[in-house]
Amino acid sequence: MPKAWTVEVFHRDGFGDPEGNGALAAARESGLSGVDSVRSIRGYLLPAALSSTQVERAAAELLADPVGDRFVVLAPGVAPTTEGVRITVRRHPGVLDPVAGSVRRALALLDLEVERAATFRAYEFLGDAKPASVLAAVRRSLANETIETATAGAEPSDLPEDPLPRPFEKRRVPLGGLDEEGLLRISREGMLALSSTEMRAIRDHFEGLGRDPSDLELETIAQTWSEHCKHKTFTGRIELEEDGRRETIVGLFDATIRKATETIAAPWCLSVFRDNAGIVTLDDRHALAFKAETHNHPSALEPYGGAGTGLGGVVRDVLGAGLGARPIASTDVFCVGPPDSPEEGLPEGVLHPRRILRGVVAGVRDYGNCLGVPTVNGAVLFDPGFTATPLVFCGNLGILPLDRVAKGAREGDLVLLAGGRTGRDGIHGATFSSDALHAALPGSVVQIGDPLTEKKLIEAVVRARDEGLFRSITDCGAGGLSSAVGEMAEGLGAEVDLERVPLKYPGLTPAEIWVSEAQERMVLAVSPDRAEAILRIFGGEELEATVIGRFSGTGRLLVRYRGETWGDLDLGFLHEGCPRPTKRAKWTSPGGADPDLPPREDYGEDLRALLAHPDAASKEWIVRQYDHEVQAGSAGKPLVGPNGEGPSDAAVVVPVPGERRGVALGCGIRPRYGRIDPYAMAASAIDEALRNVVAVGGDPTRTALLDNFAAGSPERPETLGELVRAAKACRDVAIAYGTPFISGKDSLHNEFRAGGATLVAPTTLLVTAVSRVEDVGRCVTSDLKGPGNHVYLVGRTRPEIGGSLLLEIRGAGPGRSVPRLEPREGLAALRALARVIAEGTALSVHDLSEGGLALAAAEMAIGGGVGLDLDLRSVPVEAPLREDILLFSESNSRFLVEVPRGSQEAFEGGLGEVPYGLLGETTGAARLLVRGLEGQVVLDEPVARLREAWKGTLAW
Amino acid sequence: MVRAAVLRCAGTNCERETVLALERAGARADLLHVREVYGSPERLRAYGIVVFPGGFSYGDHVGAGKIQALETRLHLFDALHSLAERGGIVLGICNGFQVLAKCGLLPGLRRGAVETTLAANDSGRYEDRWVRLRVEDSRATWLPKGLVLETPTAHGEGKFLARDAPALEAIERERLVAFRYLGPSGETAVYPWNPNGSQNGIAGLCDPSGRILGLMPHPDRNTLFHHAPDWTRRSERGEGAGAVLFRALVAAARG
Repeated sequence: MPKAWTVEVFHRDGFGDPEGNGALAAARESGLSGVDSVRSIRGYLLPAALSSTQVERAAAELLADPVGDRFVVLAPGVAPTTEGVRITVRRHPGVLDPVAGSVRRALALLDLEVERAATFRAYEFLGDAKPASVLAAVRRSLANETIETATAGAEPSDLPEDPLPRPFEKRRVPLGGLDEEGLLRISREGMLALSSTEMRAIRDHFEGLGRDPSDLELETIAQTWSEHCKHKTFTGRIELEEDGRRETIVGLFDATIRKATETIAAPWCLSVFRDNAGIVTLDDRHALAFKAETHNHPSALEPYGGAGTGLGGVVRDVLGAGLGARPIASTDVFCVGPPDSPEEGLPEGVLHPRRILRGVVAGVRDYGNCLGVPTVNGAVLFDPGFTATPLVFCGNLGILPLDRVAKGAREGDLVLLAGGRTGRDGIHGATFSSDALHAALPGSVVQIGDPLTEKKLIEAVVRARDEGLFRSITDCGAGGLSSAVGEMAEGLGAEVDLERVPLKYPGLTPAEIWVSEAQERMVLAVSPDRAEAILRIFGGEELEATVIGRFSGTGRLLVRYRGETWGDLDLGFLHEGCPRPTKRAKWTSPGGADPDLPPREDYGEDLRALLAHPDAASKEWIVRQYDHEVQAGSAGKPLVGPNGEGPSDAAVVVPVPGERRGVALGCGIRPRYGRIDPYAMAASAIDEALRNVVAVGGDPTRTALLDNFAAGSPERPETLGELVRAAKACRDVAIAYGTPFISGKDSLHNEFRAGGATLVAPTTLLVTAVSRVEDVGRCVTSDLKGPGNHVYLVGRTRPEIGGSLLLEIRGAGPGRSVPRLEPREGLAALRALARVIAEGTALSVHDLSEGGLALAAAEMAIGGGVGLDLDLRSVPVEAPLREDILLFSESNSRFLVEVPRGSQEAFEGGLGEVPYGLLGETTGAARLLVRGLEGQVVLDEPVARLREAWKGTLAW
Repeated sequence: MVRAAVLRCAGTNCERETVLALERAGARADLLHVREVYGSPERLRAYGIVVFPGGFSYGDHVGAGKIQALETRLHLFDALHSLAERGGIVLGICNGFQVLAKCGLLPGLRRGAVETTLAANDSGRYEDRWVRLRVEDSRATWLPKGLVLETPTAHGEGKFLARDAPALEAIERERLVAFRYLGPSGETAVYPWNPNGSQNGIAGLCDPSGRILGLMPHPDRNTLFHHAPDWTRRSERGEGAGAVLFRALVAAARG
């Protein structure tokens, strides 16, 4: 490797070292002892050809802060002197190093032109710990060897070399005459994730053409037909056996999710399931684009990069919706293992849940904050089922002009590739996420994000959109160019010259260029007479944009490299030729019963345990790390109340700051219910998402939904049976509520193979809701506003504790009585709540979900610093219920509402036929007091004590 | 009408709310890319106000605001100085403040000298939280002295540090501290009220002319009634407290 100057930058003594302190904390948490302190070092590598004066100048004027830092310059080949145990963390060759690019650009300002630069980081661990144990701790907690290497010692650093070029020649893959085993071997060895049926269809297609496919053609088909891109399970044929009843479903998606949207036929839905995101009307000038995605596999291997690029990907979906929507708000939901899982029990290749959560939070934080898109809403769920297969959902909402929704490339348009350069990163992402995880995956499947480039893309695309400079756009996501160009060319045709694609380093094979999933790229269709103008806009944002081909009218996807044809595919076969699989699905209603819970005299301990459960506990540690206010549209924060301590039900954002119209963003996710009945899980998730947006002031008649399924392999009939149950609930509830799904995604194959065992993620549905808010000035929050107000419980409580947080904290199994949904009651409750909020008779509103009445009451009290005096005898029920059920049942369609004195009549009138109970009142005593069925006190806790329990668990 | 230039570069991300705040305060604001002015800094002569908004200029690679600071020193230093001398105002918010401090425009004890920095927060991470901000008795006499206002902060590197004790003393003595973090009862703030561990609770600086100003908090994010975290507890639906600062800015630039 080329020798290099090294500049090492330290914090000046006495000025603090937060990065070092953070590294010490992380290493200690992962079990390292004997270390007193850690000193952090930022390292820069510059070419040996520079003079020492030049390097000194670069360090003094650019790399080190003249006030806060000190630096050391090491001549090429000279090792650093070090104290304690020094650990250096360097990126693998070819792994994106965005800072290095900026260093080169900035050095040019100082008249130092360098071809190459690199960065690394290092730590000096001071104390008695041995190098080997320090290194092991760093590998567990600070470095990820999927993308970087950690070494102990004080070796000199060299500039990393480019990854080795791969020799390539145009290669045909001989399929002709291969039997099933031979076909499957080719699929496996090429990481194509194609089934034998699919391989046979490909073989037959090429036999008909009288030739074999090239490797590039086979890759293109594999990407396009991947579960990730094609959603074969949801579009294929399913033979279902549901509690013994047989049913054939052709196209689960069409029969359920799309069916609901078509039945509702809301005129304000402008584009559903077609574009990169769903598009709905906001007002008479604007539309909203909305999408949520998963990034589970990458986040399991490299949480920081996986979650960051997950967010980056969904932002590009929105940027690629219509003719480009400007992203205005993001959401994120994480499902991980319990934070207190023992290190020892983890399968090889599985990161500890704490590490995963820290990593994904930091990934979303660094990507989203830099992008200038506020992250406003989300959830975190902890369950052993997610330890080996964590789920990472990222969502984004964007705004675009109403006249920029329709899109379409035309024959003769140029294929413009804009954004980051193409490298070997993320190759096979689409096929990789269509298979199970295991310990021996190559690092190349992980992508590294560069939010600065994405920010430039947003600015360039929005400006070009406003000037009408392109006719269609899509993001370059899973499958890379092969998918992006292939999709845009559908019904048209395209020719691409791959040698025009700008590369990060030389030596990529044409197939690699074609399927690379390098981040921050978009493909646009540009009329030739607009090419100059659009290139000027991209250039003005310091962003590369390159014409790599043109759309034709041939119906073929023609891929050339240096004039030679590497692929020539019929687009009809590519998009329609994938055989629809037939899969078996099975669902058997579980038996079992709720456990016998011993009644208690005092439920204070249960309530504190609920508040401290990480699912329920305050997420302030996460929320504060996210910029949730940039763009100045914030009208409902994730944390509410006088001290910003209470949880909000949903975020409220004003898409056009200065106006009064807003949108509420909320989500629902109930995987614990899915263990008992995925139908109830999905119905409850929809109801929860709707309760959340309605509780802050959203309009239930103008609410659109996103569905994001995550499950194990659909080849397992039980897993597919769970998905079918959940999808049916989506259809039934969405139709009953009149809330259309506008976009969604299914992420299957969330499994981890270790040894002989396969760990399967619990079947999970995330429902994200966006709801219109007519006037944000009428929005409400969940924090109690003051003493002496009425407190109402709206909606009926049923004995439903199956899958509840109560059973979880009691360690009493999942139970059986999972919350059901009565859609008619639920709809009435949602509409009634929207009415009383619009009429201004509700001071604060909180929905009841996990932890039931007790948890909702506690959260409202914590948020407002106000007490409550409630009586369980007033809870609306159908039949008498026990006190613990009244307190902790998780029945759907319920809200707790604070109503000002004097507004009682108006409020009750506004509820109409919806059952309600006047439970009591708010008090100045700052205690949560609940009376039981005999009028005795069953709960009496100071709010401060509840707050302490709630805020302690995730105060990382 | 006072004209304001809001400068953006790659990674700037608060430019649109800054334009909104300026326009609501009565200025006419233009959004300019730095590349439009680096070659022709005289373009800034048309403006009474130049704002460096928040964001992550050039990704904050190498250090927050560092690369844009280098560019500003090379291309705009004199133009910004003469703008201030002419009675115009240069304002840096958050990342913009980092740029002004790291290029030596602030605190401006000696022309071009870098005396201060904004280092990584004591907490070691980015934080978005609301603070109480007091307008100090400073050389920026056009600011509403004594006003206490709630303002959001959102940064990972906002810890104000002076080069050494004499520099800090000079900054205080010369009345270059324009804003300070305040505790809940008016005392000197400690975390989380001082969100980053800034020396002397310093949240913002001005230069000796009082016409170059920078602060870490975001008054641009508290100009509308619905910006405050507890606005649903209040009855008024007017404006956010930060609007006052923008009106003072526009009035001062009008002269």
